[in-house]
Parts: sequence; structure tokens; C-alpha cells
Amino acid sequence: MIALLIRDLRLAVRAGGGFGLGLGFFLILAVLVPLGVGPDPATLGVIAPGILWIGALLACLLSLDRLFALDHEDGSLDLLATSPIPLEGVVAVKAAAHWATTGLPLALAAPVLGILLNLPGSGYTVLVASLLLGTPALSMIGAFGAALTVGLKRGGLLLSLLVLPLYVPTLVFGAQAVARAAQGLDAATPLLLMAGITAGSIALLPFAAAFALRINLR
Amino acid sequence: MMPDLGTYATEILLAYAVSLGLLAALILWVWARSRRVTRDMDLLEARLKRGANAQD
Amino acid sequence: MASLWEYANPVKFMKLSGWLLPLSALLAAVLIVTGLIWGFFLTTEDFRQGSTVKIIFLHVPSALMAINAWAMMLVASLVWLIRRHHVSALAAKAAAPVGAVMTLIALFTGAVWGQPMWGTWWAWDPRLTSFLILFLFYLGYMALWSAIDDPDTAADLTAVLCLVGSVFAVLSRYAALFWNQGLHQGASLSVAPGTRMDMTYKLPLYLCMTGFGLLFLALVLAGTRTEIRARRARALLTRERAHA
Repeated sequence: MIALLIRDLRLAVRAGGGFGLGLGFFLILAVLVPLGVGPDPATLGVIAPGILWIGALLACLLSLDRLFALDHEDGSLDLLATSPIPLEGVVAVKAAAHWATTGLPLALAAPVLGILLNLPGSGYTVLVASLLLGTPALSMIGAFGAALTVGLKRGGLLLSLLVLPLYVPTLVFGAQAVARAAQGLDAATPLLLMAGITAGSIALLPFAAAFALRINLR
Repeated sequence: MMPDLGTYATEILLAYAVSLGLLAALILWVWARSRRVTRDMDLLEARLKRGANAQD
Repeated sequence: MASLWEYANPVKFMKLSGWLLPLSALLAAVLIVTGLIWGFFLTTEDFRQGSTVKIIFLHVPSALMAINAWAMMLVASLVWLIRRHHVSALAAKAAAPVGAVMTLIALFTGAVWGQPMWGTWWAWDPRLTSFLILFLFYLGYMALWSAIDDPDTAADLTAVLCLVGSVFAVLSRYAALFWNQGLHQGASLSVAPGTRMDMTYKLPLYLCMTGFGLLFLALVLAGTRTEIRARRARALLTRERAHA
């Protein structure tokens, strides 16, 4: 399993696509929003938590359709399915690799973009914490969506239609936590609720995703 | 016959009209699809029967 | 008495639905027409909401069926996954467009009602938002059905999506509550003592709710019959090609 994780990480970095693309997208979004909304610092400060979270969400979505599709095309997914590792484990490892190459860099880059969007000073710790806690759920839910659409020719658009509604609870709690912290309020409740969703997703969704993969491979 | 709807006549009539329109569209869609599939099915069965007879 | 599972047999289902469909359709038509005419022409104005209270006869039944349709799809998906009855999967497929239209009606009537009452067409109220999200779930579910060619694969994958989607729909509901406390009044009907609504409105409302329920049943039966026929036509075509 560790070998699989290393292989996936290496592929993601080497292929040049997934790794830089998500971050670049995140940056562009943070630049475009002030251009669209106007440069007023007060307005930007109010909407910054939401924008940063939506940016993270969309950046995660960007690389999801490649999660299983490449392995499906060259047949290595069939090999993985017949290998001694349970398919649930394969799904979890792939989601972890996806998180390490998109969610983690996004969480680390978010404070810089927070400055661009004039996020109030009290929000930064919670911003990083909420992204660190929330993006694993985004990757895991996304892996489930990718498993559903893996056999389809043009699954990318369908994937976003399926996955984005599932992102709603994470988005709400994540953005609320940052917004509360930015206003100087206590952000523990939304953070804990979001951590609960993440824990539940990681515990249960690998089974659903592996089930979907088996159906798609039969 | 028409009740006095007061200030909100537009809203109420709009709600009723659009809702009934949507329901009608849904019923028509289900009905048309059922008709189409049944017709295709009948054609297909007739053709298969002819084919089976021709082979005898 | 015969077991309920007998009707999972397509032939038996076709026989049963053959007479249940016209019956429920007729009853639904009678109830909805009576309920709506009663509600529209014969109820008085509410002292607070004025004549807009008449919208309730569309809004509450459609909202009720929008949620029940998803619940029915969830049960049907579970039955398909556990017992592999094709009729069950096809019934879930047939229910989705009906549920989606019910959600749309509930949203639209809600918006039109909210305009005079709250002074806005749309408010990001938790109930409204949850319904909008429910509508998105219906869209995704139907999109997945139509995207997959193989019927059994499509049935399996949409059933899994329905299960996972249900969990996240409930989560979204609570997330929305957390996010905004909202303008929407509490439930219009309640089994708890201390009724909130007068009988003048309740009776036609019950008629409409029963009517919408029967309409849903009739539409799902019709849709399921269509899907069974389409499935059979597909099987016949494959066999024909195999022979040729």
C-alpha cells in the first residue's frame, strides 16, 4: 500500500498536470475575484472565507477525473483490483495521494491568498486548520464520485454535477468556521462538525467507492 | 365565480398556472414516453414473430 | 396472502399495475381537482397572509412529495442492492423525474409566496436552500442514469449514489440550519396538540396531499411500466442480433 501511495504521488508530481494545476487555479481565482467584485478592502474581507473555500473546492474538483481514469485506461486498475490489497484500501490510498497533491498544498498556500483578499488577521490559523481538516473529506468524496464515473467517456462534467452537491456540508462548515474566526468569534463548533464529516467520509466512503469500482470493472 | 384575490392576485395566479403547467408537462412526458416505448415494443414483437414464421 | 416480493416479478407487476395505474390516476385526478377548486374558490382569506394562503394547497403537497419521492428512491435502491429485483431499480429510476418536478413546484410556489410575505422572491433560508440542494441531487441522479449504457451497471451505480446522497442530503439540511436561522415558518401541519391551522384550510389541504401522493404513485407506476417494456425491447433486440 505504501508502494502504491509513493507511485501515485510520483505520478502526480511527474505528470506535471495535477500538482501545479490546482494551485494555479486557486491563485487565479483569488486574483479574479477582486477584479470582479471591486477593490474595496471591507467587502473583500467579508467574502474572503467563502471565496477561499470555494476556490479550494473547485481546485480539488479539477484533478478528480484523472484519479481513476488513467489507471482504468492502461489497465492497471484491473491489476489493482485483483491484487491482494483490498480495493477499499486502494481507494483510500488514491484519495490520500490526491489529498497530498492538492488539498495539502492548497491549505499551505491559502494564507498567502488570504492576504490578497484582505482576510482579517484573526482568521488565518482557522483558515489553515479548516482546510487541513476539510480537504481530506473533499478528496474522499471526490474519489467516490470518480469511482462512479470511471467508465464513462466524458465523465468530467457529470463528475462535478455529482460531487458538488456532496461538498455542501463541508463547504458550509469550513467557510463558517473561517468567517467566525475572522469576526473574532469562537470557531470550534463548525470546525468540530466539519472534522466529524471528514472522519465519517474517510471511514465509510472507501467502501462505497470500492463497490462502485467493482461494478464498473465487471 | 372568480374569488376576490386582493392585492396578491398576480402571485397566486402565477403560482397556480406555473405549478399546473409543470404537472401537465410531467404527465405528458411520462405519457408520451410510455406511448413511444409501447409502440416500439409492439413493432419489434411483430417483426420478431414474422421472422420466426419465415424460418419455419 | 401472497408475499409482497411476488410483485418484484415483472409479469406480476405488469398485471398488478395494469389495474392499479388507471385507478390511482383517476383517484388522484378527482382528489387534486376537488382539493384545488375547494382551496382556490371556497376558502376565505387568512387574516395575516391574505389571499396568498391559497398557494399552500400546491406548496405543501409538492414539498411533501419531493421529500417522499427521494425516500421511496432510497428504499427502492436498497431493495435493488440487497434482493436484486429489477422492478425495484426501475421504479427508483421512474420516481426521479417526478420528484424533481415536485421539488421545482415547491421551490417556485415558495418563491412566489415569499415575494409578498417576506418581501423577497428568494431568501437563503435553510428550508429553501435544502430544497435547492435536493433538486441538485435529483439532477445528478438522473444524469448518472442517462450517462451509463449498461442497465444493470446504471442501476447499481445510481443506487449507491442514492444511498450516499441521502446521507449527505440530511447533512446538508443540518448544515443549512447551522448556517442561517431563516425566515420560513415552522411546519404547517403537526401531529402535536394545539393545531396551527383551521379546518377550513386543512380539509382541502388533506385532499390535495392525498391527491399528490396518488399522482406520484400513478406516475411512478406508469414510468416503471415504460422502463420494463424498454428493458424487454432491449433484450429482444440483443437476442435478435445474436441470432443474425
